[in-house]
Amino acid sequence: MTIVDIVKTALRYVPDVLLPGVTPVPFKKKHGRIGEPLSRIDGALKVRGQARFAAEVPMDGLLYAALVHSTIPRGRIATIDTSAAEVAPGVALVMTYRNAPKMKAPQAFLEGSGVAGSNLPVMQDDTIHWNGEAVAVVLAETQEQADQATSLVSVTYSTDVAVTSFDLAKQRARHPDTVLGEAAVVKSGDVEKALVAARHRVDEVYQTPRYSHNAIELHVATVRWDGDTLVLHDATQMVNGTASTVADVFGIKAEHVRVVSPFVGGGFGGKTLWSHQILAAAAAKVAQRPVKLVLSREAVYRLVGGRTLTEQRVALGANEDGTLAALIHTGIAATTAHNSCPEQFTFPARHLYAASNFRLEQKIAEMDMVANTFMRAPGESVGTFALECAIDELSERMIIDPIELRRRLEPTKDPTSGHAFSSRHLSKAYIDGAAKFGWSKRCVQPCAQRDGEWLIGMGVATATYPYYRMPGVRARIRLDAKGHATIATAGHEMGMGTATVQVQHAADRLGLPLDQVTFKYGDSALPAGAMAGGSAQTASTLAAVAAAVEALMSKMLKLAGNDSPLAGLKVADVVARDGGLSHARDTGRFETYVSILARAKRDLVEAEEAGPPPLEFMKYSMHSYGAQFAEVGVNAVTGEVRVRRMLGSFDCGRILNPKTATSQFRGGIIMGIGLALTEETLFDERTGRIMNPSLAEYHVPVHLDVPEIDVIWTDIPDPHSPLGARGIGEIGITGIGAAIANAVHNATGVRVRSLPITLDKILPHILEHSLSTAEGLR
Amino acid sequence: MREFSYSRAADTAQAIQFADSRPDAKFLGGGTNLVDLMRENIERPSALIDVTAVARSISPTADGGLLIGASVTNTQLATDRRVREQYPVLSRAILAGASGQIRNMATVGGNILQRTRCHYFYDDTAACNKRHLGTGCDALDGVNRMHAILGASPSCAATHPSDMCVALVALDAIVHIEGSDGKRTLGIASLHRLPGANPQHETELRIGELITAIELPRLPFARSSNYRKVRDRASYAFALISVGAALDVSGDGMVRDVRLALGGVAHKPWRASKAEEVLRGRVANENNFRAAAEAELTDAVALRDNGFKIELTKRTMTAVLLDLAESAR
Repeated sequence: MTIVDIVKTALRYVPDVLLPGVTPVPFKKKHGRIGEPLSRIDGALKVRGQARFAAEVPMDGLLYAALVHSTIPRGRIATIDTSAAEVAPGVALVMTYRNAPKMKAPQAFLEGSGVAGSNLPVMQDDTIHWNGEAVAVVLAETQEQADQATSLVSVTYSTDVAVTSFDLAKQRARHPDTVLGEAAVVKSGDVEKALVAARHRVDEVYQTPRYSHNAIELHVATVRWDGDTLVLHDATQMVNGTASTVADVFGIKAEHVRVVSPFVGGGFGGKTLWSHQILAAAAAKVAQRPVKLVLSREAVYRLVGGRTLTEQRVALGANEDGTLAALIHTGIAATTAHNSCPEQFTFPARHLYAASNFRLEQKIAEMDMVANTFMRAPGESVGTFALECAIDELSERMIIDPIELRRRLEPTKDPTSGHAFSSRHLSKAYIDGAAKFGWSKRCVQPCAQRDGEWLIGMGVATATYPYYRMPGVRARIRLDAKGHATIATAGHEMGMGTATVQVQHAADRLGLPLDQVTFKYGDSALPAGAMAGGSAQTASTLAAVAAAVEALMSKMLKLAGNDSPLAGLKVADVVARDGGLSHARDTGRFETYVSILARAKRDLVEAEEAGPPPLEFMKYSMHSYGAQFAEVGVNAVTGEVRVRRMLGSFDCGRILNPKTATSQFRGGIIMGIGLALTEETLFDERTGRIMNPSLAEYHVPVHLDVPEIDVIWTDIPDPHSPLGARGIGEIGITGIGAAIANAVHNATGVRVRSLPITLDKILPHILEHSLSTAEGLR
Repeated sequence: MREFSYSRAADTAQAIQFADSRPDAKFLGGGTNLVDLMRENIERPSALIDVTAVARSISPTADGGLLIGASVTNTQLATDRRVREQYPVLSRAILAGASGQIRNMATVGGNILQRTRCHYFYDDTAACNKRHLGTGCDALDGVNRMHAILGASPSCAATHPSDMCVALVALDAIVHIEGSDGKRTLGIASLHRLPGANPQHETELRIGELITAIELPRLPFARSSNYRKVRDRASYAFALISVGAALDVSGDGMVRDVRLALGGVAHKPWRASKAEEVLRGRVANENNFRAAAEAELTDAVALRDNGFKIELTKRTMTAVLLDLAESAR
């Protein structure tokens, strides 16, 4: 048991009322803006090109940076000759380990409060840790001059033996200390024995490849030192964590690093702290001028980790009635010695299905490569591929509809923790989704439906993602004499609609129209905010804002004093409406904020609060769920797979903004199509080098790959989360790999257990299908 | 990217004159491949001669074919009514390639001379005989799912990436070339070379020679032609394999004539002459189409990752011919 497990178990016996966070601040508003399909408030800015991204921040005397990357996976720099580059036109500095400032190694995720992708020191000595590591930074007056000068840096290496083969690494696989705080092994009963004895069995190995981050906005750092203070314009999902981690690297106080990141062009887990921000700041320090470092697309592949490869075994042993006697989900993920990111692929199996005996176990295999990292639903994305394919295989063996099988496996309490579910309506998601998608039209037998050259099939899989809420998130509300509220917290807008939803919420909670509320975020100088990760930013921020509003109301009531119609009322007695506060029942007792402030002769009132500690998901099993439906066509001639339509039916608590939510779900599903069919980072196991570092050769889905995607949801509020909402950013990608793989099987009878499902994995198994329906020509 | 000089040629003569004075100059069309390669330091010309102002028209020839200026854009060519009606294989091949934006920039001449997408050619840390003869070929034992199954050598297994050229080869297009020594023509199938021991030499063009035009000979049965590209995503991906074909079937169902070319299988756009030979005079049916494909792929050799291409090519050839035969009935 990990410490987290012990705390969770203890909390099970504590009543809700004694636990902060478990019962969210009540929300009295019945007919507000929450739940409305509002367009994004930053939409117009972005369409007009007025949203200023980190690469667009102007600075006087700015130098442009370009990088030289290592070409070996492990060893030492034998010689590095920068003389030609140093005298090239426009070059101001060539920084290598020889002249880089002394810096501490950054703390990686799960080390203290660090948020770096890896804890390797950055450019401190001649050691090479992976193929592609930065070995020199060139600063020049223009980007072109910097780029050109990188080709003049010549480096030779002495090579050490590197582990760049997964097969080799697997031989030394071991349990990680924890899997994001949870135990690496969770087991109950003698599962292998139960498996052997089971009436129906599935026991298969599933493989998923490396995937690289390809946010449309490249990673960037535009930096300036003001004396001992560093200003870092970053594209990041975590301004606070970046500020404190970078401060530690440079040995300065956290408040001496200001990280600004008001707009981020896609994050997906990749926009965290990597070596480039540190290199830019270090180079700016040496050059004593501001620096802009925009990674090239290739540099993103080389310096920023992606989703790691996994090999997973899923074994299911079922009784005649469809219940599980045995559930095994084990496997290995490649990782490095410099990070703790074990790709939690067994997490879905910890919460989805009831089984009498189970063994859920994760190992890691260390390789010499760029540190792997989080990518949209790390773990759950590829974990559901293996688990949900296996469930489909079991349903085929048992000759039972896969949705019906899942209904029979539905647990009454969390199968591994024993906690009660806070809110779980997966069965409803399935029922609604099946009806809307037309699941009943699916042919049970594979290969039964054909449309010209195309073999048609349907597949389904469960989506799931945990509910998290971050501790320590603070919000400040400033209400001015005109009745305008400004909410401030160091959150993030990566295109998902953070600011829009927070404005909706704050407007409702304060009883203000939308245009009387401003949301400030994306700046580490603001009160500590939620990082945009774990699909947790919205709920975490909501809780902080709710607490801050309570505090503000309390101050307002005090200010209102004895001359107000509100005299003597406490926060619990009032509601906010029409720009002021009102007695909850005696609606005649009302005064506007403007009036209260005017009478008190105050310019503004301000309150800052943190949300309560997030004990709700320690006490309850809190997860989002969904049913993902896919219809695919597989070309009988070539084996090409094209998705024809998709539907996601989600159970994510209350949906706060149907418009931004639909985009989030749909975006996740599209990314899932890439995961299932097209994307793969090609890694040369001889050299540890990524061979397709470009959008031309790394295939994200293009418009033609993306069909009509329908999205529906249960909209059942979770009683234990702020506003009843659970995160929605990541669940969309989960289950998609399996839904598509299961549809491919339904279309062709072929089980592809290795992603991506490219035609070469199908073609050898469909040769019996005729090329043409033109009988006369055969 | 290194520094280079840029000049814009007003006409062919000036372009050739510029090239003559700068032996390491490169002609610049739309730049959609060359400029990328310069950014990667793979191409390092000291001078670029922009020829996009030269030869921008499509005109009929005396024998009923078309003469296409080398600087005609891919979009212009693909959407030309005469091309779409008389040579649909060409229009479809072009539209199967790249993206709308790239096709708007890319020229016919540049498309013909675009370079391979081999991962190791693009990575200047890798061994590549094409970039540096004698360094070896990292693709042979490396990531080679996209690589050649026909005509490869121990020096190089790269493929030619063009879709358009596959159609041109099927149509027996004639390449018009001009240099300081005068004008000459070459059948397009003879323009590109197999890698052999010298994969750095990709075409029969001599230093300073400029492709000025492509001539499509009259070929009435090319109205019944098609291009099929098989790839890993539905758009904006290079061909795993592709097939360009034109089929002439007589009233009694015999193959009078056939043109077949393959993309994604070799260092050059591959004319499937063996398959054509098998088919001429035979009944147009699936068995014979398959037999022809088998004949063409007899010498195919698979590397670690690309063995699937052999069967894929056979099936796609057969399916394309079946489609054409069916629409001819």
